[in-house]
Amino acid sequence: MNFELTKKQKMVKKAAERFALEVCEPIAAEIDKEHRFPRKTFESLSQYGFVSIGFPKEYGGTGEDKIAQLIVVEEIAKVCVATSSILSIHQSAANCINSFGSKEQKDKYLRKLICEGIIAAFALTEPDAGSDASNIQTTAVEDGDSYIINGTKCFITGAGQAEVYIVLAMTEPEKKTRGITAFIITSEMPGFSVGKIEEKMGICASQTGELIFDNVRVPKENIVGKYNAGFKIALTGIDYARILVIGAQSLGLAEGAFDLAIKYSKQRIQFGAPISKQQGLQWYLAEMATRIDATKWMTYHAAQMIQNGEKFTKEAAMVKYYSSETARFVTERALQIHGGYGFMKDYPLERMYRDAKITEIYEGTNEIQKLVIARAILK
Amino acid sequence: MKIIVCIKQVPNTNEVRIDNDTGTLIREGIPSIINPDDLNALEEALRIKDSRNNTCVTVISMGPSQADTALREALAMGADEAIHLTDKAFAGSDTWSTGTILAAAIKKIGDYDIIFCGRQAIDGDTAQVGPEIAEFLDIPQITYVNELKILDKSIKAKRTFEDGYFVIESDMPVLLTVIKELNLPRFMDMRLIYQAYSPEANFKVWSAEDIDVDLTQIGLKNSPTKVFKTFVPVKKFYGEQIKGTPKQVAVRCVEKIIKLNLL
Repeated sequence: MNFELTKKQKMVKKAAERFALEVCEPIAAEIDKEHRFPRKTFESLSQYGFVSIGFPKEYGGTGEDKIAQLIVVEEIAKVCVATSSILSIHQSAANCINSFGSKEQKDKYLRKLICEGIIAAFALTEPDAGSDASNIQTTAVEDGDSYIINGTKCFITGAGQAEVYIVLAMTEPEKKTRGITAFIITSEMPGFSVGKIEEKMGICASQTGELIFDNVRVPKENIVGKYNAGFKIALTGIDYARILVIGAQSLGLAEGAFDLAIKYSKQRIQFGAPISKQQGLQWYLAEMATRIDATKWMTYHAAQMIQNGEKFTKEAAMVKYYSSETARFVTERALQIHGGYGFMKDYPLERMYRDAKITEIYEGTNEIQKLVIARAILK
Repeated sequence: MKIIVCIKQVPNTNEVRIDNDTGTLIREGIPSIINPDDLNALEEALRIKDSRNNTCVTVISMGPSQADTALREALAMGADEAIHLTDKAFAGSDTWSTGTILAAAIKKIGDYDIIFCGRQAIDGDTAQVGPEIAEFLDIPQITYVNELKILDKSIKAKRTFEDGYFVIESDMPVLLTVIKELNLPRFMDMRLIYQAYSPEANFKVWSAEDIDVDLTQIGLKNSPTKVFKTFVPVKKFYGEQIKGTPKQVAVRCVEKIIKLNLL
């Protein structure tokens, strides 16, 4: 067993760290305040290959390296969770085409998505289909060589910013989960529109909103994977995202908050000594550090399982559940250590604390994760 | 066009420790980076490459085995070729020896138009190696460059000081040492990182045998510089202001000059 990063991964970390500090951090507070999607940052992420990391070389990627992909998201999340979320959720949508798309679909979309700054989004959730993802109401009805899509999706990350959407629709409603198909829908298709853009508590710079499909005609060649196999594709994509989106960003967020807490506790003098000399506060730091370490290695291990091609549903649920709790716990403690300053918008902690909450909710609530874990261990 | 960039791997700290026995740097345990000014040198070379066809950028570095990382980083930024000069015979070289070795390697590469160096390294702060290479190669040099224009067969550079600048035109080949105001170094490209570590990477390792270098001029024992102590110099002002009417000032001034034996 070897926990060392490879030389390439170390270099990726160094590059991502510099990018995070020089490009993401300086605007993190501003894009949060203005709820502004950092389009230029995304373009730079594409330009320098941060988006294409872990994707096949033939489409402009670096080749398989899920650990490196995780490292980039982690480094960016240390300073700006919203940007890390935009990047990683886009990557997981692109990965869906990479894993399940046809040769033609990959040729048509993959290079654009990983190298040319085109954003992809994954559209599963509906007003009445959240944790119960099988309850989707969006329909796809066959019509000659096309399908006609009707319905509404909500809480879609990248809504309005993305040009390529992977949309789950009922092709045979009576078959329930076995009657769902995944389609590639592009923003210029007639009948497609973006509805309400949400105002969120955290990750404000990541645009989240509603998608409306009003008789959108989609050619049959836009079916991702097999007909009626959409639910499986969705579940696989979500498993992947639980590690490389939630695990990576929760870990980065917790590390970022922890670093700030350490720095502040050494600088802040009260009663004639740095507050880090107080045992009560030392216990906080010890608890934070321990949880971060546990999160780190379970997340890296799970990413390695993806890389190895192993089955990772249970581990993905564990990473999602534990890493997000760590992010919430650590940001809360870090804010507490900062005292009144932590509560002020001039300091990054209040933003980090707000950003942490979503990690316990999206890509499946933590309650659903425990259900998945329990099912796996009682099987 | 062929451009050569000389880079140095340095410890990522200004608190460099010195081995008192040899007067050389202790590198162990300190994270290493490409010397900041050298990144500006590389960036300028890459910008020329971006703006012209048929331009090849070769990066060279002399250093122990770990300097490999600095060269691969340069490849990941977009350099075409990297040459690592490493040999026990090079160890402990001072600026004279280093300049000798780099000049020999550059002669071997040959056919170059521009050699870029950073102004100086953050560990030794000598700013000597660049100029020495130019002397050994017998080519013109322009130091402290913060603006550069490539003309047909020559270059035009702005050589900058604290209190002014020169605009100098020179034929190629020419050696330039650059300062950080010249540009902002780019990020590494992830795809190039993977390429830099692949077997297809254009990465060469040269030892003393591979270059035509005079072995009596290199290494610790042949280095003329002996370091006894390093410290940050304190700039003291010894000037004296003479006051009075212009005539009185002139008289006192001449008296002082005579007294100090300056004439």
